[in-house]
Amino acid sequence: MRDVAVVSVAQRQTKALTDTTEVELMVPIINEARGAVGLTQDDIGFTCSGSSDFLAGQAFSFVHTLDAVGAVPPISESHVEMDGAWALYEAWVKLQMGGVDTALVYSYGKSSPGSLKDVLCTQLDPYYLGPLWPDAFAMAALQARIMLESGAVSEQRLAEIAVRSLNGAVGNPLAVRSSAAATIDSVLAEAPVADPLRPSDCAASADGGVAVVLAAGDRARELCERPAWITGIDHRIDPHQPGVRDLTRAPSAHKAAAEAGVGADRLDAAELAAPFTTQEHILEVELGLGPQTAVNAAGGALAGHTMMAAGLMRIATAARHIHEGRADRVLGHGASGLFLQQNLVCVMEGE
Amino acid sequence: MSVDPRVLPAALSGEVRLPEKLAGVESVRSVRTPIRLEYDFIPGAASAGYLNAFADRKILGQRSPVDGAVFVPPRGVDPRHGAATPDYVELPDTGHVGGFCVTRLPIPGRDDLEIPYVSAWIHLDGADVGFLGLVAGIDTSEVRMGMRVRAVWKPDDQLGRTAENILHWAPTGEPDVPVDAAGTNAWHAKQAAGSGERA
Repeated sequence: MRDVAVVSVAQRQTKALTDTTEVELMVPIINEARGAVGLTQDDIGFTCSGSSDFLAGQAFSFVHTLDAVGAVPPISESHVEMDGAWALYEAWVKLQMGGVDTALVYSYGKSSPGSLKDVLCTQLDPYYLGPLWPDAFAMAALQARIMLESGAVSEQRLAEIAVRSLNGAVGNPLAVRSSAAATIDSVLAEAPVADPLRPSDCAASADGGVAVVLAAGDRARELCERPAWITGIDHRIDPHQPGVRDLTRAPSAHKAAAEAGVGADRLDAAELAAPFTTQEHILEVELGLGPQTAVNAAGGALAGHTMMAAGLMRIATAARHIHEGRADRVLGHGASGLFLQQNLVCVMEGE
Repeated sequence: MSVDPRVLPAALSGEVRLPEKLAGVESVRSVRTPIRLEYDFIPGAASAGYLNAFADRKILGQRSPVDGAVFVPPRGVDPRHGAATPDYVELPDTGHVGGFCVTRLPIPGRDDLEIPYVSAWIHLDGADVGFLGLVAGIDTSEVRMGMRVRAVWKPDDQLGRTAENILHWAPTGEPDVPVDAAGTNAWHAKQAAGSGERA
C-alpha cells in the first residue's frame, strides 16, 4: 500500500447561500485548498467530486461546477452522486493504483433552493415507500421512537449529545447553530418537531462546500509539515429496505470501523456526520468510541449539516486536528442514505 | 459450473400464485409515482449582474484576470483556469454569426417561432466567446458564418431583467467577418500565438 495523506483542506458553511451559485461558492474554496500547498490544477493528478443533482434541481449540475476547477488543458476527473467522503475514497484508490501523486477532492451542497426533507424522499424505493412521501424528519422520528422504547438510548442521552454540539459549536465559524447557554433541561423543554425528536436533535441544515488535497509518499511530506496519513479507510452498506434492518443499530458502521482499524490504538478525536442525535449515538456505540475520544468537539454535523458534503467536511475537520498538532490519531466519518444505511470511516494519523 | 445468465433463477421462474380471492384480477404491470419538487433558483452574483443590466438594454460580460479574455454571459469564473472574474465589461449589441443551424421542426410551447428558424452562436464585438441567439430578418438560405448582426430589442416599455429582451439578431449589411477570423477561430489563433500551445 502507498502512504497517502490529506495535506490541505478548505471549507465554508453557512445557513443559506442566497446570492451564490455552486460554481461561485467553489471557486475560492478550491483555490484556497490548492493554494495553501502551492499547487495549481496543472499539479493535480486526479480530481474527484461528490454532489447531488437532486439538491440543485438541475441535471448534470456537477459538470457545470467543473468551471470552478479549471479543466484546460483537459483533466483526469470523476464524480460520485454521493457524499464527498466517497469521492475521497475513489481518489485514495486512484493514488493506490499509482501513476498519480496528488488528487483534488471536493464536494458541495446547496439545499436551500428546494425542500430538503422532501428531496430526500427521492432516495426511497419508487414502489412502496417513495409514493408515500414520508418527510425525512418523520422517518428519523420513527427510528428515534424505536430506540427510546427499546431502551437503546434515553432522552437524557440524546439531550447530552445535543448540548455537546450546541456548546462545542460556540466560536466555530463553520457552525450555523450554537449556544453557550444550552443545557440538558433547556433541550428537554423544546417542543418536538417530529415526536420524539426535538429541534436540537436534528442537524441544522446548511449550504456549503469543502475541498481537500491528497498526496502520496514524499510528495505529501514536501507539501505539508504534518500530513494526516490515512492509515485505514473503509465503507460498508446495509440493506436499502428499512423493514429488514434493526434500526437501533448500524452494522455497516461497525464493520467499516473494524476494517479501518479504529480500535487498534487510542483515538484522540472523532468527527461524525450524523444528521440526528439518535444516529450520533448509534455511531458512538458502533465505532466503539470511549471517553478518551473527543467526539464532534466543535459541534460536528449537528451544528451545521451540508447535504452531500457533511462527510468530507468531517474528514477535513479531523485532518486539521492532525495538521495543527492538536491530535495524533483521528477519525472522520461520512454517512449516506436512510437511517445511516451506508457508512465510511477514515482513520488518520500524524507522525 | 457456469451459470447461464439468460435463464431465470428457480425462485423467479415459477408461476406466481395469487390467493383465491384475487383470481382473475389483472396483474400490475407498472406503477406511476409522480415526483414533483419545487426549487427557487437564484442566478448568483455574476448572472444577476447580467440579467439586471438587460433592463437597461445593456449586455455585460466578464474579463478573465489571467489573460483578459471576455466571457458572455458572465458566470463568475474563467472556466479554463477556475479563476474568479469579478470585473464586468459592457459589450455592444453588435457582432457576427460564429456558427448557425437551420431548424425545420417546431419547439413545443414556442408557437411564436416561425419555421424554419435559425439558431446561431453570436459573437459580440469585444467578446472572446459566443452565446446562443435567434437570427431573423433574412431568408434562412442567406445566413452565413461571419455575417454581421445587431440585436433587435423589445420596446422600452416591455424590457425586463431577462435575456428575452432581445427578440432576435438581424443582419446589419456590413461586410462579413472572414471565416478564419469568425467564431472562436480568432480567439484560438490569438491564444496559440500567446502560449505557443493551442492551434
